[in-house]
Amino acid sequence: MPHTLPETELHNPQSTKPPLDPHLKALENEAIHIFREVAAEFERPVMLYSIGKDSSVLLHLARKAFYPGRVPFPLLHVDTGWKFREMIAFRDEIVRKYDLDLIAHTNPRGAAENITPFTHGSALYTDIMKTEALRQALDAGQYDAAFGGARRDEEASRAKERIYSFRTPDHRWDPRNQRPELWNVYNGMIRKGESVRAFPLSNWTEVDIWRYIQAEEIPIVPLYFAKKRPVVERDGMMILAEDRRLELLPGEVKREEVIRFRTLGCFPLTGAIRSNATTLDDIIAELETATVSERQGRAIDRDQAGSMEKKKREGYF
Amino acid sequence: MTAPAAAGAALDQTIVSLPVQETARVVRDTRPLRLITCGSVDDGKSTLIGRLLWDTKAVKEDQAASLQRDSSGKQNDLGLPDFALLLDGLQAEREQGITIDVAYRYFATDKRSFIVADTPGHEQYTRNMATGASTADLAVLLVDARVGLLEQTRRHATIATLMGIRQFVLAVNKIDLTNYDRARFDQISHEFRELALSLGVRQVTAIPVSALRGENVVYDGRASMPWYDGPTLIEVLELATTRSAQTVGFRLPVQRVSRPGESFRGYQGTVAGGAVKPGDSVVILPSGMVANVTKIVTFDLVRNAAVAGDAITLVLDRQVDVSRGDVIASIDSQPMTGLAFDAQLVALQPEGIQPGKRYWLKSGSRRQRVQVQPVSQLELKSGKWNHADELPMNAIGKVHLAFDEQAIFDTYEQNRTTGAFILIDPDTNNTVAGGMITAKRAALGGIHTEERRVILSLPADLADQLMATELFASRREDVEVRRVSAGKAVGIIDSIDG
Repeated sequence: MPHTLPETELHNPQSTKPPLDPHLKALENEAIHIFREVAAEFERPVMLYSIGKDSSVLLHLARKAFYPGRVPFPLLHVDTGWKFREMIAFRDEIVRKYDLDLIAHTNPRGAAENITPFTHGSALYTDIMKTEALRQALDAGQYDAAFGGARRDEEASRAKERIYSFRTPDHRWDPRNQRPELWNVYNGMIRKGESVRAFPLSNWTEVDIWRYIQAEEIPIVPLYFAKKRPVVERDGMMILAEDRRLELLPGEVKREEVIRFRTLGCFPLTGAIRSNATTLDDIIAELETATVSERQGRAIDRDQAGSMEKKKREGYF
Repeated sequence: MTAPAAAGAALDQTIVSLPVQETARVVRDTRPLRLITCGSVDDGKSTLIGRLLWDTKAVKEDQAASLQRDSSGKQNDLGLPDFALLLDGLQAEREQGITIDVAYRYFATDKRSFIVADTPGHEQYTRNMATGASTADLAVLLVDARVGLLEQTRRHATIATLMGIRQFVLAVNKIDLTNYDRARFDQISHEFRELALSLGVRQVTAIPVSALRGENVVYDGRASMPWYDGPTLIEVLELATTRSAQTVGFRLPVQRVSRPGESFRGYQGTVAGGAVKPGDSVVILPSGMVANVTKIVTFDLVRNAAVAGDAITLVLDRQVDVSRGDVIASIDSQPMTGLAFDAQLVALQPEGIQPGKRYWLKSGSRRQRVQVQPVSQLELKSGKWNHADELPMNAIGKVHLAFDEQAIFDTYEQNRTTGAFILIDPDTNNTVAGGMITAKRAALGGIHTEERRVILSLPADLADQLMATELFASRREDVEVRRVSAGKAVGIIDSIDG
């Protein structure tokens, strides 16, 4: 017999939000369990915060996990300097509103050597401004556990990753030699210098994320909603053209289009989609009929076959 | 455990709470179903999973396109992409054409969502299968209709059963290659039912399937198999039940203590069994102290009840010493506490499990030192337990666990959370075993000298029958048996009665 009480009896009539459906509730419970376990087992946890929809859900779950206490670890944002302007504004607003500790780190090499996605190519740029920057920040904080919002349904190599993903002192992931993970009993034992990446959203899918955002009324960056915005076509992607650093190449024309973003990263590397989805209902409906995966809009995944696995082995999230 | 006077009142309250659960509306279980697929490469397992993902539209166009690119023309005769490439995500796997690790897949229908643990089929990957099975509610076992049951099928069914799976689906694949031979299907499913019954599994559905052609996977195969009127694979999965924490008693393994200010002290964890509501009396283990629940706090609201699976913060009515690793449990239905337990485990690493070695054991949020003594090893081919002093990698064994400090468990049969544990090698920090508690152990003449014992004198044939039962076999080490003549037995018993 399923051991369940009807949700209506559990539900406090004073609350205006309807109870979560059992599917999302199960995912939420699992994520909260992981947050608490990591916070209890590790000395210096940190949460990677990329400002995107998955990070927004992750942050919401962290607040739930430790309520009525504060989130007991800082948020780390690896800022490449090329994020959408609206993302940074959103980040600062959230940090203020929820009383969070934020560490924003930019690889000093970026400014010193003037590394841009235009001049260095997406692969090298990502390696320096994201992977290397992340390693610098993790080393500087001596963090022994880092939460990330990665989901197993995102990409083939992620499908094999553990919820507690072990990293060597130089942040490497060895996909062929991962610790077995049984039940919900996680092995958090590490030596000094080693660390664990923890993924509370491992079992969530993209649709789950959106349904949860809707059910829990989680704030997200407005770029996810369709609006008329200036764009330019480049390498088969529609790039947002509102940053002065974006120089038009010969033959490129800036135009206005009703677009939105399915994922958010660095604006020169993130493609927009044509969409009229202005509400969460619209987005979910669009997703359910979508015929391409969300990472299709990410240039960095298309560099080569097994591209994500390679980056991950080198310390990328 | 000594229950103080308050326990009587608590008992009443707990009984009162029971009808609430029983009158609960029977609603379709819409929690995600976790399943594991077992079969060898040749059974078409990758094709089956690929088919499930494809026909439920979990594969998107760009993924299919990169599949076409990667497989460089390697397609099957229906012009579909090579599904195996969809599943084997690591470069090494693609290069070698094998699956080396558990992968998790996600798909959904209108009715429910599914998490598939996709595990390699080879014998040397017992450990991967056990890992995938540990969280699964249901196992899909695949056989080739032309070949029938294999030794491997028995092995997979045995491991799945040991890990607590009680729902099986037998997918008799490649049925198209037998010209949809109904007699062949009936014969294989009959053999499998017998196998499942011998393992104590009654919930078995056998389905004739062609994964390649997509028959009886998501869409029905009536056009080819008018004789089959049973459910498709997806229909069975939609109706299956998820693991319910099938326990009687409330369990909360404490993950952390929340003390945001002087006025608040709450115990955070995930309910691992039973239900709790304000007013319930609880015991804190291992200390044995008793308290009452005053509040169940969550981010959204103060709840008036919590059930298994809920991540909660519990507030008690008095200052008691509770820390991470403790278990808060219902007072009238407590877990076992003790220094010695019996367990079954799967050895996961090349070093195996060495006799007498001290490992870390983690169960729930509790981590403690344990000494492990292997007793026997399961021969998967025959289902027999043979004596063993150590367990090599991939072995399934029975062991004795001896603790320095009180351990707290339910049997795995009763609770798949509080009855499960992992072993961690203190030298490497790696997870070296996954284990399931079978019983509390009362060491003979050892620490439990106060335990009461019974001396029986039985006819030899009756004694043999008793000793052949599973219950007896599982606690064989607790028993002393002497075979004597009837006359001598009378003498011994008389001398005790004095």
